[in-house]
Amino acid sequence: MSTTNEKRQEYRALFKNNVKKRLLVDKIVHIIIFAFVIIAIIPLGSILVEVFKNGITAISYEFLTATPGSIGSGDGGIGPAIQGTLIIIGLASLIGVPIGVMSGIFLSEYGDNRLARNVRFFNDVFMEFPSIVLGIFAFLVIVLILGHFSVWAGAFALALIMFPIVARTTEESLKMVPITYREAGTALGLKKWVITFRIVISAAKSGMITGILLSVSRIGGETAPLIMTILGSSQFFSGLDVPMDALPLRIWRLSLLPYESSQLQGWGAALVLIFIIIGINMAIRYHFANGNGIITRLIKQGVRTKR
Amino acid sequence: MEKNPDAYRKQSVRSDKIFKLAATIAGSFVLVIIALMIFQLISESYPIWESEGLSFIIGTDWNAVEGRESFGALPYIAGTLVTAALAMGIGVPLSIGIAMFISDAPAKIGGPLGFLVELLAAVPSIIYGLWGLLVFRLYFQDWVEKPLHDLFGDSIFLFSGTPFGLDIITASVILAIMIIPTVSSVSREIMKAVPQQQREAAYMLGATKWEMFKLAVFPYSKTGLIGASILGLGRAVGETMAVTMLIGNATGISAFPSSFFKPSQTMSSIIANEFVEASPASLHLPALIGVALILLLIAIVINVIAHLLVTRMMKIKEGAINN
Amino acid sequence: MTALSVSPPKITNSIDSEIPSSVFNEEKKFKMIAENVSVYYGNTMGVKNVTMKFPEKSVTALIGPSGCGKTTFLRCLNRMHDMTKNAKVEGKVMLDDIDLYDKSIDPIYHRRKVGMVFQKPNPFPTMSIYDNVVAGLKLNGVKDKRILDEIVEDSLKMAYLWDEVKNDLKKSAIELSGGQQQRLCIARALAIQPEVLLMDEPASALDPIATQKIEETIMELKKEYTIIIVTHNMQQAVRVSDYTGFMYLGELIEFRETKKLFTDPKNELTAKYVQGHFG
Repeated sequence: MSTTNEKRQEYRALFKNNVKKRLLVDKIVHIIIFAFVIIAIIPLGSILVEVFKNGITAISYEFLTATPGSIGSGDGGIGPAIQGTLIIIGLASLIGVPIGVMSGIFLSEYGDNRLARNVRFFNDVFMEFPSIVLGIFAFLVIVLILGHFSVWAGAFALALIMFPIVARTTEESLKMVPITYREAGTALGLKKWVITFRIVISAAKSGMITGILLSVSRIGGETAPLIMTILGSSQFFSGLDVPMDALPLRIWRLSLLPYESSQLQGWGAALVLIFIIIGINMAIRYHFANGNGIITRLIKQGVRTKR
Repeated sequence: MEKNPDAYRKQSVRSDKIFKLAATIAGSFVLVIIALMIFQLISESYPIWESEGLSFIIGTDWNAVEGRESFGALPYIAGTLVTAALAMGIGVPLSIGIAMFISDAPAKIGGPLGFLVELLAAVPSIIYGLWGLLVFRLYFQDWVEKPLHDLFGDSIFLFSGTPFGLDIITASVILAIMIIPTVSSVSREIMKAVPQQQREAAYMLGATKWEMFKLAVFPYSKTGLIGASILGLGRAVGETMAVTMLIGNATGISAFPSSFFKPSQTMSSIIANEFVEASPASLHLPALIGVALILLLIAIVINVIAHLLVTRMMKIKEGAINN
Repeated sequence: MTALSVSPPKITNSIDSEIPSSVFNEEKKFKMIAENVSVYYGNTMGVKNVTMKFPEKSVTALIGPSGCGKTTFLRCLNRMHDMTKNAKVEGKVMLDDIDLYDKSIDPIYHRRKVGMVFQKPNPFPTMSIYDNVVAGLKLNGVKDKRILDEIVEDSLKMAYLWDEVKNDLKKSAIELSGGQQQRLCIARALAIQPEVLLMDEPASALDPIATQKIEETIMELKKEYTIIIVTHNMQQAVRVSDYTGFMYLGELIEFRETKKLFTDPKNELTAKYVQGHFG
């Protein structure tokens, strides 16, 4: 033992009396990161307030149902855009959800090999592909070949954005189903696909629905891939292989016009869009999130205190 | 997943084989699409590589008028990289700070705050664009750009130009706001993966909270945080609508980013602006597809790096929990 | 707690009130005194009204079945519960003349005086051996390279690690074996020159040889330090400690000199525990 008590006192004397200073630095850092949080919340607050404040003045029955009036007149509405957005979400889901779900089943149930590891990795990378490039791809393989802009091309592009999200969330939810469920099915002599669809998926349903709604809310606001696929239109839906309107496209057109009345209509369209998307997000948290969302937690707390 | 392969094998009947095949095809779909996409982009942009060669990447002229056609994408490549880098420079410190605050706050405050920040991710790009164009730009122009221009406009080239609000810095700030939810939520997960014992080791030595982050959290999660930031960079590179509405849409050499207050153009915005007008018969369309190809390759490289870093970090986390 | 071979004991013959006066026959100087310490996790009570005095330059062991609150209590002595969400501590912990739970004092003032070694070795994995040891010193503003080197050597020697690592102090801390890592953590705690050393089952994750080394270290350290060690290993308590407290269901049942507690336990429950009837 080399150190004596005296030596130790000597060492202690060398320590700086810097605690106050360090606590001050700590306080300052704390204030800075709190300011960061506020800085991030301000845009969200401002966006919601502006969209609501400006949008609400544009909303009327006519605005929600009519076709757009002549440019700059401030007449007409966004009926075709709302209709188009609903149609394209539906069509994209029709293509994207089955592929995504099957892909998720592959990753979860047959996911222990090299192919699956590659699929998982590229699935994650594909999720981050610039959406405009997906639009160009849809343009090249559908619009260019058919020779005209079409709803199918837009739906295909959006489905490409959708399916990796669905695949990943499906995989995660299926993996949460205990292995004993599958073993019980095997013990009953059921076929694997019956086990998967009847037992596993029904146990993982809420997680999968969350994923699907999440992907719907993501594609609902997508604009870039629609530019070169469905193009935009001022007429109501008239067929799957002609141009169609959608809310994001309409917002874009309206916002670039130099008339205040058009911009106001843009805000109105934005309010409808944000209502749809935030609505879906809220619904996810409200009904389906497995205890992660704040609202779910609040509900659970409420239930607990009531009991 | 298959705990008992023998039992499954006995069960393996034709319908199961079909099921497995269908699942495998659906799973492989993503690989096929990626390959097909790259192939399509290369073959459809081939004419522009043939006529411009390397000068498509390093050239600065952009002219679609028939007879005087010339396409050089350098200004847009630079515009994309500069705006994305600026967005990362602004957004990443903010995001990591937010992640620190939320991971450290009591659940009653941290939960709702995390929810609000994630709501930022749910707002569509087009609405950021609308808000940026009609609201944010005006405030930003008056409160930030003009003062900076008045102070430094004559002395520092970065602040020269006319602060009009439709320029590189406005687009970058909007991009920064847009990447905050991604970067902060991934960073939060990564910081959560730092074992509690590491934090306690720092506290035991008498560290303040900030010193604890410097001593225990940051060194441990460095790789993952870099991955999260690069993920944000990837988002910023691919972002289209908000940028298109705010960057001022210059073309050719004048789009080359040389000042915060100059209009510019990114790869995605030039596509959004010109794609529909481009004639498939001319070189204009192949040129835009070529731009898309470059954009895609940059995005792939960035995202592959980001995912490798993040997954590596998460694997370390699992190792740490098990040992 | 699962292997209870006695009926759930009712602690009626409480002797804890007489503990402080009766344990120590001779005059002792107490380094640390815990008075009526209780810990709550939400609504459950982890530690119930424990009062204990820790004599200077001695080893006090805390034993008891897992879940009895001994680790929880130990962490109070360093205010480690400040970081645990929804944990609440009541009572007083005196270090010399200062109450650690005085609201006006930030815990970092006295964490320097109370070092702690945890159950699992937790060196900073990205740092070298040297940097691990000096981490606490740097916080305290010690920058002189000569002093740092000197303290590193002293601390590693005290932790009985110096001979094994003196030639590669720049090596990463995670390249060490588990036992070496734990001794590195002891050295890291000693480097800040604490007055009290808290050890939470420091040998539980280690093999017998490493355990022996740690115990030797403890025996040496007690000449200079006040050591409080939590252990579930009764032999270890007998080997290293001077005083032993037996805790059960969050209460301090008996607290005496180690030899006496193990050979002549006053409390029926203690007797059953040290004879291995439950644990």
